[in-house]
Amino acid sequence: MADIVLDKVSKSFPDGTVAVRDVDLEIADGEFVILVGPSGCGKSTTLNMIAGLEDITGGELRIAGERVNDKAPRDRDIAMVFQSYALYPNMTVRENMAFPLRLAKLDKETIEQKVSEAAKVLELTALLDRKPANLSGGQRQRVAMGRAIVRSPKAFLMDEPLSNLDAKLRVQMRTVVSRLQKKLGTTTVYVTHDQTEAMTLGDRVVIMRGGAVQQVGPPQELYDNPANLFVAGFIGSPSMNFLHAAVEDGKLRTAVGDVPLGDRIRRELTAEDAPRELILGIRPEHFEDASLIDDETRARGTEFEAPVEIVESMGSDKYVYLTVEGERASAAELEELAADVGTEDLTGSGSSLVTRLSAESTVAEGESRRIWFNLEKIHLFDPSNGRNLTLHEGRAAGALAS
Amino acid sequence: MSTDSTTTVDRTEAAGPKGRVPAPRRGRGRVPLSEGKRAERKLGWLLCAPAALVMLAVTAYPILYSVWLSLQRFDLKFPDQREFVGLSNYVTVLSNGYWWTAFGVTMLITVVTVAVELVLGMGLAIVMHRTIIGRGLVRTSALIPYGIVTVVAAFSWRYAWTPGTGYLATLFGEGAPLTERASALAIIMLAEIWKTTPFMALLLMAGLALVPEDLLKAASMDGASAWQRFTKVMLPVMKPAILVALLFRTLDAFRVFDNIFVLTAGANQTSSVSMLAYNNLIRGLNLGIGSTMSVLIFIAVAIIAFVFVKLFGTAAPGSTDEGGRR
Repeated sequence: MADIVLDKVSKSFPDGTVAVRDVDLEIADGEFVILVGPSGCGKSTTLNMIAGLEDITGGELRIAGERVNDKAPRDRDIAMVFQSYALYPNMTVRENMAFPLRLAKLDKETIEQKVSEAAKVLELTALLDRKPANLSGGQRQRVAMGRAIVRSPKAFLMDEPLSNLDAKLRVQMRTVVSRLQKKLGTTTVYVTHDQTEAMTLGDRVVIMRGGAVQQVGPPQELYDNPANLFVAGFIGSPSMNFLHAAVEDGKLRTAVGDVPLGDRIRRELTAEDAPRELILGIRPEHFEDASLIDDETRARGTEFEAPVEIVESMGSDKYVYLTVEGERASAAELEELAADVGTEDLTGSGSSLVTRLSAESTVAEGESRRIWFNLEKIHLFDPSNGRNLTLHEGRAAGALAS
Repeated sequence: MSTDSTTTVDRTEAAGPKGRVPAPRRGRGRVPLSEGKRAERKLGWLLCAPAALVMLAVTAYPILYSVWLSLQRFDLKFPDQREFVGLSNYVTVLSNGYWWTAFGVTMLITVVTVAVELVLGMGLAIVMHRTIIGRGLVRTSALIPYGIVTVVAAFSWRYAWTPGTGYLATLFGEGAPLTERASALAIIMLAEIWKTTPFMALLLMAGLALVPEDLLKAASMDGASAWQRFTKVMLPVMKPAILVALLFRTLDAFRVFDNIFVLTAGANQTSSVSMLAYNNLIRGLNLGIGSTMSVLIFIAVAIIAFVFVKLFGTAAPGSTDEGGRR
């Protein structure tokens, strides 16, 4: 067990492309850190550099205080789980798990004992004599994890280990991974492109985009206080709604009506170079059916009326899609996010809002409905650089903060 | 034959025993075939027929004819003495010293060349697989020997080893290496290896492509050195490709002819079995003995193929999985 420190770690290729740019990250001993981002953001490259499978072209990587930039993977004492599981097809489950121990020249009894211990933890005991070809996806995945844990390495690296499993199994294996990590207390770096996995698994999440770290923090903090437009749009499902907002007379003119601004935001917007147009972000759960809220709550937000397009009842609550008129919010980050999810999913690029209302709401498709939303929970972004303007000392303060 | 009935039957079968498609249900099991099914089978046979006929004409007939010839005393120098002698030609050949010498030479050439080619071919395959810069150039230049006609290549080797004029002969000092048995055999094998290693490399390279990159990464994370990665991960995964390459080359090597024909013409006991068969059949005009030798070569080749196919049988199931699946 050890801590891992990335000190301005970079990766550039001979042709000049930069895959990872100055990543600074301190992973504490025993911590579970998730690297997440859309494909091509450099998360896997970063992991491979920690593993030693890719050369580091700049900066320093330290494991347990020791510089390991130039050490071969086998000398770093870390284990890795691959998306493809990378099980040796010619070996049985037992031989697969024993492989790293045999290479480490441990004696037979110790190997046997460690393998059976790991097999017990992962419920693989009955499968020890099977070949990988005769295992299901979930079982293979467990064998791959078994091969990683038998060595008791300094750290685990996991490269999208659950991506090849079907949805149900993925949820199940998520808890297995989580429980295993807590039990062993081994430093773990986990790469995924799935924000749900990132939110549920890690102690801390590192969001990457274009080879650079966007924000690092515990999942809830990233969700509540996104540093920029990209983080806001990436974390959360369904994702945050983005609307175009024009600054006029200390107010914001948007498709959901005028939004009053507090002193602090107004002060920022009076500056010379302040943007005249903003992007307003609201999470689906910060909307509510206007007929269901009490006066005290009503005072904290504002209302608008919009035609209801689709109602999806989840039982516990309702997802209601509203049609709104007005200009679309546009920014480079939003386009990138839309490309990553396949466009149609992202509300920022359409003229429809996703809202999550209480199950008691009697909202029906086709009608026009009054909807309330919470002004304390909205985020305002500068479209030119994506910065979250509502963030004050790391906390999102809403539009009304003074 | 009616096309309609065929399509109907197809659909019922595709739906499986549950027969979700509302079509007339046919009996399960092996009860008499439906009309459509029979028509389909007939069509299948008809489509195969041309290929089957050509195969029969060009392979089965010559094989059977040479078997028939091998059972006769049939020497074109004495055409009057032609008669059926049963297996006595086989007794003659198999109890003859020349045959066994040639057989020994053939086995030696086969084993040595295939073994050396495997090692060199593997090295060459890895080089071709790993090179990133000038990949096309490396691959093309590696394949040049394979692209040269064997007889042409054999002549260039012969001239190279000719005393007085050949550059290799002068390099290695006095003497005529092609006139001594050991050195002549060595040169024959050298020519064979030079010529066919690229082919081996090509087959092995296809096998290398089967080894997933992740598997090698996983092995290096697990602490394997480069050599351990090669022996414990790459070789087992490549096993089917290696067996195919070995099969092809062994069959080829066992029939070695052109290099010997050009380099020594079989002098000083450097004949292979093919060379011996040619000498008896074409030069000696002894159709009986020559055919017997041909049939024996055929049997030997069949045995080699059979052994390898048996080996595939056990190799295939364990290695069919991970390879392609990601």
